[in-house]
Amino acid sequence: MSASGNTGVAPAGKAGTTWANQALTRGAAVIYLSLIVLIPLAAVVWTSFGEGIGGFSRSISNPQAIAALELTFEVSLVVVVINIVTGTLIAWVLVRDSFRGKGLVNSLIDLPFALPTVVAGLTLLTLYGPKSPLGLNIAYTRAAIVMALLFVTLPFVVRAVQPVLAEMDREMEEAAHSLGASLSTTFLRVIFPNLLPAVLSDAALSFARSVGEFGSIVLISGNLPYKTEVASVYIFNQIQIDNVPGAAAISVVLLALSLLILIGLNALNRWGRRHDQ
Amino acid sequence: MISRLGLRFVALGYLALLLVFPVAMVFARAFQDGVVAAWQAVTSPDALHALWLTILVATIAVTANTVFGIVCAIVLVRHRFRGRNLLDAVLDLPLAISPVVVGLSLLILYSLTSPVGAWLAGFGIRIIFSTPGIVLATIFVSLPFVVREVMPVLREIGTEQEQAASTLGASPLQIFRIITLPAIRQGVAYGVVLTTARAIGEFGAVSVVSGKISGLTETMTVYVADRFQNFDLVGCYAASVVLAVIAIGTLLLTNLFEPREDR
Repeated sequence: MSASGNTGVAPAGKAGTTWANQALTRGAAVIYLSLIVLIPLAAVVWTSFGEGIGGFSRSISNPQAIAALELTFEVSLVVVVINIVTGTLIAWVLVRDSFRGKGLVNSLIDLPFALPTVVAGLTLLTLYGPKSPLGLNIAYTRAAIVMALLFVTLPFVVRAVQPVLAEMDREMEEAAHSLGASLSTTFLRVIFPNLLPAVLSDAALSFARSVGEFGSIVLISGNLPYKTEVASVYIFNQIQIDNVPGAAAISVVLLALSLLILIGLNALNRWGRRHDQ
Repeated sequence: MISRLGLRFVALGYLALLLVFPVAMVFARAFQDGVVAAWQAVTSPDALHALWLTILVATIAVTANTVFGIVCAIVLVRHRFRGRNLLDAVLDLPLAISPVVVGLSLLILYSLTSPVGAWLAGFGIRIIFSTPGIVLATIFVSLPFVVREVMPVLREIGTEQEQAASTLGASPLQIFRIITLPAIRQGVAYGVVLTTARAIGEFGAVSVVSGKISGLTETMTVYVADRFQNFDLVGCYAASVVLAVIAIGTLLLTNLFEPREDR
């Protein structure tokens, strides 16, 4: 294997300088990534073990930390399940249905990615908080956390399902229909299995996003320890009271989870493409 | 088709309750004391400083990440080397990590009690509770967007034209400027828009490293949270409206640049 495809036609002397150029740009990219991302993250891991394994396990077995982690996983799971249902439904309506203003609704889906999370939290608090014009106050409850997470993760599943659904062969559905399958059978046995790889990978992304989410939750959840304090807010509060090793230990738990999800996604993508070769 | 209408009703109703009504309410609240009060709130010295700081930080972060993004995309698509898959995987870390953890990592590395922070302080450079820390946090969280938008475009254009230019004696820099850059510019533009939106909206990482000093280290998002906690709802909603308008502007821009036709 030569250094790259475009050196194949270059004269031998030039290939050497190209190789040197490539090594330089590669080095620059790796150094930038290390300085910005890897070294700071390594510092977190290092600090979490600053008082040895004992200190680390003391930090992560703190009951308030465990409660925060449990709550985070619970609400994130709930959010993923709701997202799979509503995301598929919205994508279906956007692809198969036609009505006036569909283009507008379609561009609206990306709003949660563009809107700053703290503004997202504030908007929900305005409509569903103490001064709600609907008389519906869910502020400072777990339902509020779920709602904030649904807001910020809305685009993931919709945007994953949409292109797959648009490209899907409708003959399969028609065949199932003409063989007497009901609409729900057709959906569950024919359509959904085709959507599954896309749905799963973006559901995993929305899970990762939910586990780490901070901005949209911090205003609306009330952050009551053992009740509505999620992991990211717990970390933030530990930083505020100067317990950096404790904050670092819980951060390492979240980091490990992010890594697991990324590795899982990688495997899932390969599984999704298994028929392509 | 009752089921079709039913599905449409449920989908649109969900979007209305989750997205449209809450965002509309913020606009209504911002202007409930009149346009003059809202205008005065966003033109107060602290609010203007927050806006200025946000623009400054976003400009630096977007410039840095655009240069890095193009270089890194070329490395990942055009070079073959060991550890390429690892580099590819590491790039997604900023999207999967909690912003608070990002802030904490910078706090640990650059605080005055750490060796690096103490060494930099010797030169009079302060990272934490000051603008450089906010810039670093923003670069971290908005890092992958340009790379991820440029990579597929690079793959698609192939290397034929670059090879032709190379055999005709063009230097790598010439090839990049005359052939590669014009071909990938739409991907770059889309990546820049996404990076800008993320940079302006960052809150968690910035609130850990900024120290939230009014009129000094408060970005727009931190200012919104600060006004809310100080019960200055007019100021809070007015600043939110500014951010929401920027977000909607971003959406319009992405519709212009987005390469995929099916969206």
